[in-house]
Amino acid sequence: MKSIGKYIIFIGLLFSNREKFSTYVKLILEECVSIGVNSIVLVAIVATFIGAVSTIQTAYNLVSPFIPRYVISQVVRDLTILELAPSIMAIVFAGKVGSHIAGELGTMRITEQIDALEVMGINSASYLVLPKVIAAIITYPLLVIIAGYLAIAGGYMAGAATGVITGAEYIYGLRVDFNPFTVTFAMIKSLVFAFLVASISAYKGFYTSGGALEVGKASTSAVTNSCIAVLCADYLLAQLLL
Amino acid sequence: MIEIKNIHKSFDGKEILKGISGVFDKGKTNLIIGASGTGKSVLLKCIVGLFQPDDGDVFYDGRDFTHADRNLKIEVRREIGMLFQGGALFDSKTVEQNVMFPLNVLTNMSQEEKLDRVNFCLKRVDLENVNDQMPSEISGGMKKRVGIARAIVNNSQYLFCDEPNSGLDPQTSIRIDNLIQEITQEFDITTIVVTHDMNSVMEIGDYIMFLHQGHKVWEGTENNIAHSDVQELNDFVFANKLMRSLRA
Repeated sequence: MKSIGKYIIFIGLLFSNREKFSTYVKLILEECVSIGVNSIVLVAIVATFIGAVSTIQTAYNLVSPFIPRYVISQVVRDLTILELAPSIMAIVFAGKVGSHIAGELGTMRITEQIDALEVMGINSASYLVLPKVIAAIITYPLLVIIAGYLAIAGGYMAGAATGVITGAEYIYGLRVDFNPFTVTFAMIKSLVFAFLVASISAYKGFYTSGGALEVGKASTSAVTNSCIAVLCADYLLAQLLL
Repeated sequence: MIEIKNIHKSFDGKEILKGISGVFDKGKTNLIIGASGTGKSVLLKCIVGLFQPDDGDVFYDGRDFTHADRNLKIEVRREIGMLFQGGALFDSKTVEQNVMFPLNVLTNMSQEEKLDRVNFCLKRVDLENVNDQMPSEISGGMKKRVGIARAIVNNSQYLFCDEPNSGLDPQTSIRIDNLIQEITQEFDITTIVVTHDMNSVMEIGDYIMFLHQGHKVWEGTENNIAHSDVQELNDFVFANKLMRSLRA
C-alpha cells in the first residue's frame, strides 16, 4: 500500500511545477523515437508470428466439418484486435521499453544526474518522466494498430501458405459480423497500458538507490510490475467495457 | 552568505548530523572537512535542499530556505551551481549541451547568446575544442571542469562542490582546487567545498569547518588548522607521515 501511495504522489509530481511548454516538445519527440519508432521492428516480428501461429492453431482445433473455414479468420481477427495486439504487445512493450526507462532513470539516479537537475531548480520528475509517459501514450496505440494489421496479415500468409484456409475465405471471415467497437476497445486499452508501463517503469527507475546491482533490480521490477498492472487493467477494462 | 543553524538529520533512527551551525561568507572558499562517514555530504545535501533537515534552518543571504515555499526554493536553487563527486554530467549530451543545459531550461536567451556564454565558461575552466565530445570521451579531471562550467554558466551566486578531487591525481586536484578558488573570488560567490583532502585544505581553505561524528568540533582557517588543540582534528590533519614530519 505504501508503494501505491508513493506511486500516486509520483504521478502528481509529474504535473506540478512543470517547465515551459517548449522544453517538453523536443523531449517528447525524442522519446517518441526512442519508445515508439525503435520498437517497430520488434513489434512487427512478434505480431506477424503471433498472427501466423494463431491461424494455424485455430485451424488445428476446428475439426468439425460443420464449421466453415472462414471462422478461422474470424477468431484470429477478434483474438488479435481484442487481446493480442493491445495486451500481448503491452507485455512485449514492458519488456523492451519498461526496462529501458527504468534502467535509464536508475542510472541517472545513482550517478547523481537527477540530483543535478533538482539542484538547478528543475522538477526532475516532470522533466524526465512526463515526456516519456506522453510519448508512450502517443506511440503505443500506433504500435498496436501496426501489430493488429501485421498479425492479421501474418495469419493470412500462414493460412494461404499451408492451405488451411484460402485467401478469399480469410478475407470473408475478417469482414463477417465485424463489430467496430472492438477497435475502440483496443485503443482504450492501449492508452491505459501505455500509461501504466511508462509510469510504473519510470517510478521504479526514479526511486532507485544504491549501485549498478540495484539498477538491474529496478529494471526487472519495472517489467514485472508493469506486466501485473497490465493484466489487472486488462481484466478490469474487459469487465467494464464489454 | 549562507548561514546554517542547528542542523539535525537522521536516517532510520540514526542521527547523522547533531546540531551543526556555521556561517559561510561570500567571496571565500569555505571547506567542510572530516573523515568518511562524518556527515559532510549529508550536510551539503541539507544545505542545497536535496535532504530536508529534521530540525534547523538554512539561510541564503537572509532567505529562509528550509521553510521556504516551493517558489522561493526554486528561485534560490536557480542561483545555485553544484559540482558533484562524479561530475553528474548527462551521458546522452555532449560537453556543450551539458554546459548549455541550464540556459536552455531556465532562460530565454537566444542560441547565439547561449553559445557565447558556454564558450566563455568552458574557456574559463581551461577547456577548449571539446564542445562536441561526449562525457565518456573525456578524462575525470575534464569532467570535473565541465561540471564547474555547468555550475557557473547561469551566473550562480552559490557554488557547492562535493569531493571535487575524488579520483584525481594530485596535480589535477590542485588545478581543480585553484580553479574553484579563482572562480569564487572572480565572481564573488559563496562557495562550499566538501572534502577530506588535506592538500585542498592547505591550498584553498579560507574558512574550514571540521566535522566529527556528526558534530562540528572545530572551525578556523588554513593558517591555524595545524595549531589546534582539538584531538580529533589533529588525528585527521596529521594522519599521514608527511604532515607528521612537517609538524615535527
